[in-house]
Amino acid sequence: MTTAAARLPGESRPADPRDAGTEVDVQKVRRDFPILRQRVRGRTLVYLDNAATSQKPQVVIDAIRLYYERDNANIHRGVHFLSEHATEEYEGARRKVQSFLNAADASEIIFVRGATEAINLVAQTYGRTNVHAGDEVLITAMEHHSNIVPWQILCEEKGARLRVAPISHSGELLLEDFEKLLGPRTKIVAVTHVSNALGTITPVQRIIEMAHRRNVPVLVDGAQAVPHLKVDVQALGCDFYVFSGHKVYGPTGIGVLYGKSALLDAMPPYQGGGDMISSVTFEKTIYNKLPYKFEAGTPHVAGAIALGTAIDYVNGLGMDNIAAHEHELLAYATENVSALPGIRLIGTAKEKAGVLSFLLDSIHPHDIGTILDHEGIAIRTGHHCAQPVMQRFGIAATARASFALYNTREEVDALVEGIQKVREVFS
Amino acid sequence: MPDLRELYQEVILEHSKAPRNYRALATANHKAEGYNPLCGDHFTVYLDLEGNSIRDISFQGSGCAISKASASVMTQSVKGKTRAEAAILFDQFHKLVTGQSPANGNRAELGKLAVFSGVSEFPVRVKCATLAWHTLRASLEGKQDTVSTE
Repeated sequence: MTTAAARLPGESRPADPRDAGTEVDVQKVRRDFPILRQRVRGRTLVYLDNAATSQKPQVVIDAIRLYYERDNANIHRGVHFLSEHATEEYEGARRKVQSFLNAADASEIIFVRGATEAINLVAQTYGRTNVHAGDEVLITAMEHHSNIVPWQILCEEKGARLRVAPISHSGELLLEDFEKLLGPRTKIVAVTHVSNALGTITPVQRIIEMAHRRNVPVLVDGAQAVPHLKVDVQALGCDFYVFSGHKVYGPTGIGVLYGKSALLDAMPPYQGGGDMISSVTFEKTIYNKLPYKFEAGTPHVAGAIALGTAIDYVNGLGMDNIAAHEHELLAYATENVSALPGIRLIGTAKEKAGVLSFLLDSIHPHDIGTILDHEGIAIRTGHHCAQPVMQRFGIAATARASFALYNTREEVDALVEGIQKVREVFS
Repeated sequence: MPDLRELYQEVILEHSKAPRNYRALATANHKAEGYNPLCGDHFTVYLDLEGNSIRDISFQGSGCAISKASASVMTQSVKGKTRAEAAILFDQFHKLVTGQSPANGNRAELGKLAVFSGVSEFPVRVKCATLAWHTLRASLEGKQDTVSTE
């Protein structure tokens, strides 16, 4: 463990109060991320593809290693020392997530593989129980495919209708249109908190108020929000909130579904198997209580524990500090990139987080990506799993730079120089 | 480290900006569509086949510099060729961009297509360079399904 990492809260130590309320010391933070030390194509890596996945601090990598070196055992069933210990660590991680989202109870936190699985879980359980022929599911025009396709599958099966609230040319949700689409047949609203393709922060609070006035529950896709914003599910009042661990400095393969316990209790299980039952006979199975009813089979124990460590890590820095650092960085990048000739920004909402999507002249984003990669700069190019967003703007793809707590102004400068290089190649 | 200029050769950049045979073909009796949804490259290849001979060929669509230039140079290369000759060219081109052709091996026969040799150093771009060719093959075979190289 590096000195800098040791200063940060470890697996079970509480956050050092001296760290809270201080600004992000980005150079110190960078030393916590071993992957950032490497050189790519002969240059220092500039990693600006954080909306796809974030890098991992040493403490998270250590948490996974330590789990397999020291704690590995199956949970919730052993009487032996290791099993008891692994169970404690796993349930401790659940409490960390509970507190991170400010959920009312730890049993409202379900560990899943990621945001995608969480949405599928809700569509296949709450959705299949409550959405019937002629009913409607309401989403927005800036959803990721993972918050479109599970609802399409549900609607197709049930003969229900998927309604889509439009967005403005700047990439903001048109709230009046959204409200008009909330009708007597609307059975659930599913909306992103932050758009992965545009960076827009959606007005989830108002969306939830509008939906709740009509007794319609709301699922919020927080995959792109959780790394950048402080989330309080009780203050929001959302019925479901989902996110992926790997986008918030945790491992891949672990994510979270938060659901209000009354809703989760009433929902049928998603998958059957071990751990999700209280008793099984061939005649009848009694399901386990929350959250275990939704966690069939041996879960990703190491992943959950390491996600807990990632949450400790961001708490140690302070979500407000992280948000402020990234906000400043995004403003700096927006100003400098948009000042370049030939640049068109896609997604210019007033409230944004983490994402700068752009086009350069008529140069295809794939070519931009290859040339920037040559400079050691990793960005994402393509449709970002949000093809309807691309269709909305009449484009096939964008180049997307996305930021994390360890990115610097120098890296933004490298991006700006890289974009100028692209123009030179194509001049 | 692969040289960027090996990939983005002048000929490629020039063809991507001013593609040849870039139009719908009124006399087309075959056509096929190629689409790589992840990158958004999307082309239609039109063929005027007379017996086994490609009397005329054109294309339309949008995509990255590599895919567009590849389509443009392809139309020039196969015009007037027979199906069998076009198939051999595709085979040689495919070997070239996937790094399977011996150094200086078939470069002479490939003619202008040899400018795509740099693609072999950029494996993720092979799908861009070959999209038009796969679309041409589908068109020659009269296949209706949209072609993809992703």
